[in-house]
Amino acid sequence: MPDPLESVTSRGGLEVRWLGRVPYSDGLALQEDVVLRRKSGEVPDTLLLLEHPHVITLGTASTAEHVLVGDQERAELGVDLVEVGRGGDVTYHGPGQLVGYPILDLKPDRKDLHRYLRDLEEVVIRSVRSMGVPARRVPGLTGVWTDLGKIAAIGVRVSSGWITSHGFALNVHTDLTFFRTIVPCGISDQDVTSLSRELGRDVSLDEVRPSVIRAFKEVFGHGSV
Amino acid sequence: MARIEVPMPQMGESIAEGTVSKWMKQVGDAVQRDEPILEISTDKVDAEIPAPSSGTLVEIVVAEGATVEVGTVVGYIDTEVGLNALPPLEAPVAEPEAPTPPVAEAVVDQPPVTPTAVEPDAESGTPDSAEERLRTRSTPVVRRIAEEHGIDISSVSGSGHAGRVTKQDILDFIASGGAVESQPAPAAPAPAVRASTPAPSAPVAPAAASAPSDLWKRFYGEVQHPEFPIREADRVEPMDKIRRLTAEHMVLAKRVAPHVHSFIEVDFTAVDAIRSANKKKWAEQGAKVSYTSFVAWAVSRVLREFPMVISTVSGNNVIYRGNVNLGMAVDLNPGLIVPVIKDADDLSLVGIARKLNDLADRARTRQLMPDEIQGATFSITNPGVLGTLVGLPVIPKGTAAILGTGAIEKRVVVVEDPATGGDAMVIRKRCLFSLGYDHRIVDGADAARFLARLKEVVDDFPEDA
Repeated sequence: MPDPLESVTSRGGLEVRWLGRVPYSDGLALQEDVVLRRKSGEVPDTLLLLEHPHVITLGTASTAEHVLVGDQERAELGVDLVEVGRGGDVTYHGPGQLVGYPILDLKPDRKDLHRYLRDLEEVVIRSVRSMGVPARRVPGLTGVWTDLGKIAAIGVRVSSGWITSHGFALNVHTDLTFFRTIVPCGISDQDVTSLSRELGRDVSLDEVRPSVIRAFKEVFGHGSV
Repeated sequence: MARIEVPMPQMGESIAEGTVSKWMKQVGDAVQRDEPILEISTDKVDAEIPAPSSGTLVEIVVAEGATVEVGTVVGYIDTEVGLNALPPLEAPVAEPEAPTPPVAEAVVDQPPVTPTAVEPDAESGTPDSAEERLRTRSTPVVRRIAEEHGIDISSVSGSGHAGRVTKQDILDFIASGGAVESQPAPAAPAPAVRASTPAPSAPVAPAAASAPSDLWKRFYGEVQHPEFPIREADRVEPMDKIRRLTAEHMVLAKRVAPHVHSFIEVDFTAVDAIRSANKKKWAEQGAKVSYTSFVAWAVSRVLREFPMVISTVSGNNVIYRGNVNLGMAVDLNPGLIVPVIKDADDLSLVGIARKLNDLADRARTRQLMPDEIQGATFSITNPGVLGTLVGLPVIPKGTAAILGTGAIEKRVVVVEDPATGGDAMVIRKRCLFSLGYDHRIVDGADAARFLARLKEVVDDFPEDA
């Protein structure tokens, strides 16, 4: 049986995978696996797209104070708590949020982590704009904002010699009340928003995904297969 | 010896400083070139930093939690350090907990640990021939480690060039308990940093990866179609549900089963004669008995003789199906659906015809029940209905074979003339059958025997079917 990844992707292309709703810890394990496969050259650059069930994640820079709910209330809300080896502070993930985990080899010509963060922001900005929502960066901060608030969070990791993991989380039709359980990425005076809130209608992940994939390929220069 | 600096790396043009978030190696640990030795973090990024060269981590200068400018030396690796700089091997083994990294104060205040290793005079002594042989297989460092641990190098398998025992080999050997503890480790002072108190706050442990449910299946077993650029005059439409399922099914079916196809030419003259003779009777009964009904009947009578043809490869097992359930491909134009005639071998020719017409009608009006399109153990498709000579059908997932019937047309064939016993050219209704089969379970000879038997039944179609 041929490797399914090889069978649909030419070398140097981008493999995009929509995984549906995936428990956070499964997503972590899968990323580790794909990182190793990317390092060995077994798979091409890969963009994992998925959504998570309700979960609060603590980055390596996390402060416990940024989780605003106690364990009991958190459990009642059905929200998991996971500590995770990526940059950034506390983050909420949940249904309606399009999570992108690019597993890219930044060698040889993209070995700049700030540029990589800005590139991820650019992907989100372009895809959000193509949906008719103006979005921008905020100098000194990482993420993407609209006039109403922060629409996407970004936190990444490089390991195995410039192989990326983790990535971005774009609020599409996220239930924003869940963000009240945390201080998003340690920024307490910033509101959060979603595409559905911006557009005043229910926007589905299916609707947004193509524009994210397109923007990703544009920004990272992955030609079509 | 070579003492190599490990600097805070430049992780980006505009990144001026980084925080050591975690030392993944401790002083005294052997490190391989490109093996991650520490983790650093900048505002939104965590990065594993690989060792610039192989050796031993001999000093940690910047402790966890400290932020330093890019280029600052955070530690030192000694590329040739010998055993003297290694920690006593017993110590880490005895520690019940995971190694704890040192804290900043303890480290920064220490003068660099200078290993007292002096290259031993390996050539001293009176080497006998055995020693000579050993020397050709190992470096002085390796030999010294071996000596000090009472290890016979010849008992260590070497991964180096020409079977040479490398330092990593011997350290692995010791770590795996292979060393005979005949001699204590020398009383070399352990690097001072090891004596320091543990860091007050344990680093954030990565989340335990739970059993990965069916995610692997989804990631590696699911079909995803590559995307293509859209040109100006093009029109883009999402696939409807049937198309999407069909596309996915076809990719999986082809991906999993090694397809082989075999062909046989079948004579429909007898079938034609039976059709003409019964046309009126069947019309009165309200039955439309198509050629496909004849084929389905013939197949249903033959299949049980060939259990591998109605089997399924399932993991390392073969499931031999107990029912003759015929999946009949119905063209919906556009689209295709495969309703199933359950237990077709229980039905008469007319029974099969009625069932087939009913299923096909309801397929076209989208009124099939879900269980009417499931459970096929063999499938029949009829590309010939539109004049195609023959097809190479795809075996539906979960079955072992599919029959494709080509166009039934009049052909000139050479037969034995019953009157004269010689050859004669006659006009006959003929048709090519193709059998697509899963070569994991159906051998070419099985397919040939199945097709020959099927031809026998169709060629001499019984009048009382």
